[in-house]
Amino acid sequence: MANPGGGTVCNGKLHNHKKQSNGSQRRNCTKNGIVKEAQQNGKPHFYDKLIVESFEEAPLHVVVFTYMAYGIGTLFGYLRDFLRNWGIEKCNAAVERKEQKDFVPLYQDFENFYTRNLYMRIRDNWNRPICSAPGPLFDVMERVSDDYNWTFRFTGRIIKDVINMGSYNFLGLADKYDESMKTIKDVLEVYGTGVASTRHEMGTLDKHKELEDLVAKFLNVEAAMVFGMGFATNSMNIPALVGKGCLILSDELNHTSLVLGARLSGATIRVFKHNNTQSLEKLLRDAVIYGQPRTCRAWKKILILVEGTYSMEGSIVHLPQILALKKKYKAYLYIDEAHSIGAVGPTGRGVTEFFGLDPHEVDVLMGTFTKSFGASGGYIAGRKDLVDYLRVHSHSAVYATSMSPPIAEQIIRSLKFIMGLDGTTQGLQRVQQLAKNTRYFRQRLQEMGFIIYGNENASVVPLLLYMPGKVAAFARHMLQEKKIGVVVVGFPATPLAEARARFCVSASHTREMLDTVLEALDETGDLLRLKYSRHKKSARPELYDETSFELED
Amino acid sequence: MDLRRVKEYFSWLYYQYQIISCCAVLEPWEQSMFNTILLTIIAMVVYTAYVFIPIHIRLAWEFFSKICGYHSTIAN
Repeated sequence: MANPGGGTVCNGKLHNHKKQSNGSQRRNCTKNGIVKEAQQNGKPHFYDKLIVESFEEAPLHVVVFTYMAYGIGTLFGYLRDFLRNWGIEKCNAAVERKEQKDFVPLYQDFENFYTRNLYMRIRDNWNRPICSAPGPLFDVMERVSDDYNWTFRFTGRIIKDVINMGSYNFLGLADKYDESMKTIKDVLEVYGTGVASTRHEMGTLDKHKELEDLVAKFLNVEAAMVFGMGFATNSMNIPALVGKGCLILSDELNHTSLVLGARLSGATIRVFKHNNTQSLEKLLRDAVIYGQPRTCRAWKKILILVEGTYSMEGSIVHLPQILALKKKYKAYLYIDEAHSIGAVGPTGRGVTEFFGLDPHEVDVLMGTFTKSFGASGGYIAGRKDLVDYLRVHSHSAVYATSMSPPIAEQIIRSLKFIMGLDGTTQGLQRVQQLAKNTRYFRQRLQEMGFIIYGNENASVVPLLLYMPGKVAAFARHMLQEKKIGVVVVGFPATPLAEARARFCVSASHTREMLDTVLEALDETGDLLRLKYSRHKKSARPELYDETSFELED
Repeated sequence: MDLRRVKEYFSWLYYQYQIISCCAVLEPWEQSMFNTILLTIIAMVVYTAYVFIPIHIRLAWEFFSKICGYHSTIAN
């Protein structure tokens, strides 16, 4: 009997394992029974989706060498600082003037120690100017440094057709002008570029209303409001939603905009471990049982701040468990879908669709238009009374200029494209192509033996590099030898010992481009010895679709 | 041909040492300084080992053989 990969026993074991992990009531149901029950409930079964994530630990010698390298860097940093202090070497960093030496210090020397001594040495791998649209291929301006990265100069040459693995261009909509962008030209002709006002004064255009209705329809919620800047959407609206006497439970690895918004609001902030529902539950229980710190009164509001996809880890939030907790303890949920809207889910509607959940269950859905829609700005969506409240009370609405009309039209065009309202199925095809590209890329990288973090469906792929010397060598080698532009991240955006390279897979990457990149990664991985993974083959079980499981009776 | 392979292998090994120990990002004079210090330390360790390890082993061997010899005389 032909088995689709693995023996009968293996499949049987797999199937039982999957069933046992559900904990739901359909214990002894047969295949047909399961389908019928789904139809009866009218809800898709999200328990079927095993959350397949991996955060493999590095081998011990790698961690030891990483710390050793940082130690050597620190020692040399002290030496250089000593030389600079004693005037033996010229100091290129910012210093105070001689006359101000006795005043309160402006530049804390030690705080900038890491920047001055470690980051400066490899600074040429960041802030690289580009001179074309950030499509799948782009042009990078070549620059050299004569004094070890303190200053740069452009040579005038352009490195053409570099494969772009760094831009957040998930659906490939951030590209040069093409005929489908004609409506943007028309809007530019009619409305111009600037709005010259805030939403409250004279800055609400009919384009904004059209966009907000379309966003609400896309997300399947009651209403939405759009803002001109994604970062400002988080940092200016969280203070409008919570205040003193409220509790914010925020994930360990939340983005700076969420942290800033939480701090500006004045609420009490407690942090739970990344994506860890047990930690969150413990915090919720303590909050409900003990109340506010001194007075022991009940909290006015408890808001859970999570992100849909975490871009540094590549992990997707465990939404079903968090929703269950939220209902049990009567908290509110705020999801920042900056990296997951348009990129995750069968039709690109985000994490709620990915897990098959109802978007009405999440209180505040926030997202940005920068990543998947090729524009800029953010939105907040949810119930109509929430959005109406924000229209009046948000700082962004009162003080910030509203979204520019051509950008609004670009988002409208992208939304119509993804939803299929322009008459073609290209949008849906792109979303599916992104999912395919993501899974292919991740699977091949794992087979090669790299350590990859995160969920297998997240299109942001962090590849762990660990050692600072390898980080610099990797980025330089990939750009100069292989003509692939990658983004590497180190401390302080990641923990000290976990520097990584972060790839953003896009729907506009063809299979050949991905194969080129994978080959280059293979060679670079062998050259720099980056293949630390100890599970050579994918050790996780494949997800078999229930309906194609013929051997069950 | 073989010599070239050996040289390539050693230069690859040196490159690995450089990127692992963060030497690749240091300026040339810092690299030379670090290499000099490291080679000095290794030379001292090798010299100490060469001078002292045979003596230590001989003394340890005599010590243990005396104990085992003592045991065997008691047993008899």
